[in-house]
Amino acid sequence: MYSVEFDRPATLEAALAGLKAEDAQALSGGQTLIPTLKQRLAQPSKLVSLTAIPSLQGICVADDGMLCIGATTTHATVAAEAGAHYPALARLAAQIGDPAVRNRGTIGGSLANNDPSACYPAAVLASGALIRTNARDIAADDYFEGMFATALQEGEIITEIRFPIPEAAAYMKFAQPASRFALVGVFVAKTAGGVRVAVTGASEEGVFRWGAAEEALSADFSAGAIAGLSLPADDMIDDLHGTPDYRAHLVKVMTGRAVSAAQ
Amino acid sequence: MTKVTMTVNGKAVCGEVEGRTLLVQFLRERLGLTGTHVGCDTSQCGACVVHVDGRAVKSCTMLALEAEGAEVTTIEGMADADGGLSSLQQAFQDHHGLQCGFCTPGMVMSAAALLAENPRPSEAEIRGYLSGNICRCTGYHNIVKAIMAASGQDVSAIAAE
Repeated sequence: MYSVEFDRPATLEAALAGLKAEDAQALSGGQTLIPTLKQRLAQPSKLVSLTAIPSLQGICVADDGMLCIGATTTHATVAAEAGAHYPALARLAAQIGDPAVRNRGTIGGSLANNDPSACYPAAVLASGALIRTNARDIAADDYFEGMFATALQEGEIITEIRFPIPEAAAYMKFAQPASRFALVGVFVAKTAGGVRVAVTGASEEGVFRWGAAEEALSADFSAGAIAGLSLPADDMIDDLHGTPDYRAHLVKVMTGRAVSAAQ
Repeated sequence: MTKVTMTVNGKAVCGEVEGRTLLVQFLRERLGLTGTHVGCDTSQCGACVVHVDGRAVKSCTMLALEAEGAEVTTIEGMADADGGLSSLQQAFQDHHGLQCGFCTPGMVMSAAALLAENPRPSEAEIRGYLSGNICRCTGYHNIVKAIMAASGQDVSAIAAE
């Protein structure tokens, strides 16, 4: 790996100060970033580790009923501890990568990276969660800005993700077996305000909401409600793992399965 | 260079490392603990799995400085106090859970982490837990059998496949 400066502050304030350096990059679990650095796809001058900041870790339920997950909470911890409050989210976390990856990778890292095939963006968008940073709260609908792009500003750090807990929810992932990322993953969440459907892995634009399915499912929350729908394949990813048509078809199949699993 | 201090296999160790030094480089090149292998260097294969504070991690995808103050266990720390094989390691030998042996350190470390969490895993749970450990020789059957045997389960009915 190329030479890079490293800092591991114990407070958020010190981390924010460290990220003011030119080309500085926040490091959380590193399960994407370290391989990226090895391949020199990113070459920051300095890494600011967030893993020694206690206030960014852990899971709790706030007074307003939101499930609050600290940004550097690992997938393994979410899988083990979120289940009592939000089972669909815990099950999603338990399917990310492999056990060793889940012991290092973090929810905040996943969201800051916004890989178009990552699992967490689907949960955050379908749940209508709030991304809390050092500076502000960002609604999920305003956060994801396309493949590897987010509303985060330079030097801004995600501190917490706040999930409203839906009446029913499920995530269905069709895993690409070599990478264990989602070839297509669909998160369905039913709330008092209607149903939200978020799709990862499929689109060139990253995670997105499938509006037609949301409308149909808000009227009738059953897998049959989407039987007559079809999703345009125009923006779907085309790679050696699947064609756009295949992905568009999978989105519908996985949405139906998620609805059935959420019953 | 920055000083890093950690406990490795029960012994306090320290060393000067660069920001870019990976945990596996520190273990192998500075401490001489070459039992931890680098297979793919892309966090796919699991040959580099060690325990950090009791949890299995891929040491090729963690910086040494991230392990400051941590308790690290490598394959060298798995042997019994008298230097003999642990029961898990012995089960790998008894059930021929290896061929070339390159992936074995990571397999043993992942298996030990699994058994610490789940003392009597099912075959499906073992296979699921080993999803991040790749073996190109065995076809996994005897590895799974060894781990089931190490957890005290009867494997006599499982045919060699």
